[in-house]
Amino acid sequence: MQRMVKRYPEGKHKSALLPLLHLAQAESDGWLSVPVMNRVAEILDIKPIEVYEVASFYTMFNLKPVGKCLIEVCRTSSCWLRGANDIIRHIENKLDIKVGETTADGKFTLTAVECLGSCGTAPMLQIGEDFHENLTYDKVDKLLEEKKNATTHSRYVDHHTFRS
Amino acid sequence: MQRKLLFEHIDTEGIQTFDVYRSKGGYSSVEKALKTMSPDEVVEEVKRSGLRGRGGAGFPTGMKWGFLAKPEGVPRYLVCNADESEPGTFKDRYLMEHIPHLLIEGMITSSYALGANTSYIYVRGEFFYVIRILERAIEEAYKNGWLGKNIQGSGFDHDIYVHPGAGAYICGEETALLESLEGKRGNPRIKPPFPAVKGLYGCPTVVNNVETIAAVCSIVNDGGAAYADIGVGRSTGTKLISASGHINKPGVYEIELGLPVEEFIYSDAFCGGILNGKALKAVVAGGSSVPILPAELILKTAEGEPRLMSYESLADGGFATGTMLGSGGFIVMDESASVVHNLYTFTRFYHHESCGQCSPCREGTGWMEKILHKILEGNGTMEDIDLLWDVQSKIEGNTICPLGDAAAWPVASAIRHFRHEFEEYVKHPARHQQINFYDHCHNLASATT
Repeated sequence: MQRMVKRYPEGKHKSALLPLLHLAQAESDGWLSVPVMNRVAEILDIKPIEVYEVASFYTMFNLKPVGKCLIEVCRTSSCWLRGANDIIRHIENKLDIKVGETTADGKFTLTAVECLGSCGTAPMLQIGEDFHENLTYDKVDKLLEEKKNATTHSRYVDHHTFRS
Repeated sequence: MQRKLLFEHIDTEGIQTFDVYRSKGGYSSVEKALKTMSPDEVVEEVKRSGLRGRGGAGFPTGMKWGFLAKPEGVPRYLVCNADESEPGTFKDRYLMEHIPHLLIEGMITSSYALGANTSYIYVRGEFFYVIRILERAIEEAYKNGWLGKNIQGSGFDHDIYVHPGAGAYICGEETALLESLEGKRGNPRIKPPFPAVKGLYGCPTVVNNVETIAAVCSIVNDGGAAYADIGVGRSTGTKLISASGHINKPGVYEIELGLPVEEFIYSDAFCGGILNGKALKAVVAGGSSVPILPAELILKTAEGEPRLMSYESLADGGFATGTMLGSGGFIVMDESASVVHNLYTFTRFYHHESCGQCSPCREGTGWMEKILHKILEGNGTMEDIDLLWDVQSKIEGNTICPLGDAAAWPVASAIRHFRHEFEEYVKHPARHQQINFYDHCHNLASATT
């Protein structure tokens, strides 16, 4: 955590807030509880409200528990033109949940998100840091099968992401 | 044959690594600048090149650099805007993923010109796998003496750090980006003061797009005049275009500015024509924010001149019959696509991404989404179309940052050019009642990968 703070000038340690929240979320089952956010505030020596107001602003921070595998399907323009809605419906049917819901066994959460910058390889979805592109029903089925037995929560980042 | 300045070596095996990149002449712009040029001479070359901001606004880069304040004893910063989030745009991601050292090289050369000893690359949070790639490239650059203290014995010190965003389109706006980099919500600042005077941590700062910074390498290597030789009029050099939608060959293409739009869409060297041999209906030429144009106006101007891929030609006719080059996010729609539904996805996007600071944008984007949803469901009236026009007209120009305009322009242009399609939804609701969230089906089970 301290090495992230050192990337910013002295006294500007609050700049490390976004990277620290990403790391904290990755280590806290994919979501930020109030105690976790309070701990980040302590580390950075800022007020808890400064963490809450930031965590609630940015889409990537989950303020509620999520399934082990968080599926984010892009639904904007180019992905929509190339069949994103069909992908969403297919996953809904396969998992028997609606967008925004988590399966009863806690394995999957399905969300529809705005443009992920993968328009030339649409339709696509993201799980953790991995982009799954040029989707077909077959590809989705294989992916769901593969993720069924995940033992840890999908994550965008870990301690090896950043240079030490 | 189109010249390539950014992607000349992109297909070279191993170009992501320092050794291969260096063997192809990589880092020569840093060498040339540090050893043979003063910082001001680098700025002059960039001015001479006519390079314009590649993030979307198209502001002359050399002029932006010239505005940078240089008070004694105050650090200056270069911040690279890699928060690429404009729907239809994926060129920066492609560049960083496939040739990361080009960005690092451009960052060092540009920072030398600006007198910045520290720079940041603000990458959108969803691109963490790109952050890994950049971090690896930066590590290699340090190991080989191109970053750190006294680079190549020149006396110039420079450090680069990568900073992740966390899923907010608004942070692509430069002052929101700086707020975010300071660990705050991404609410745009009121300008002035401009970042060139008061930017990151209150210090003079230049914020440039990934592609802009990468272009500096060839400008320094070959001179601004050589760069300005490519292109047409005030649209100099090459541009990365992200092509998506109903085309045979989606992808990122480096083009010389001035290429005819028709050639870009139909040539096998680029988009390769419309998917499944269908007819072209409409194009959003520069990312979701720019006005949509029907086929006849994207291929030719209102005067019947061939439309070119350049800042001026795409804007020919103003918003009445023209559009903008923007970020180069080129979204193509075939005859089967619903312009109204596509607009709905844009408007939902802007509603989701509005930071909430200005009422016209916060409330207006929500209203536009609601009205469009009502029309799509088959419950719209003719008055709703006028109301939609009215709402967008009251957002435009009434917000702190350009997100408001960006949300209004697609709505205005869709009504301007495709009003009949909105009316069709109103007049024949029965045809559209099934069309809500899941229309426009593709048979994905048999789609190729």
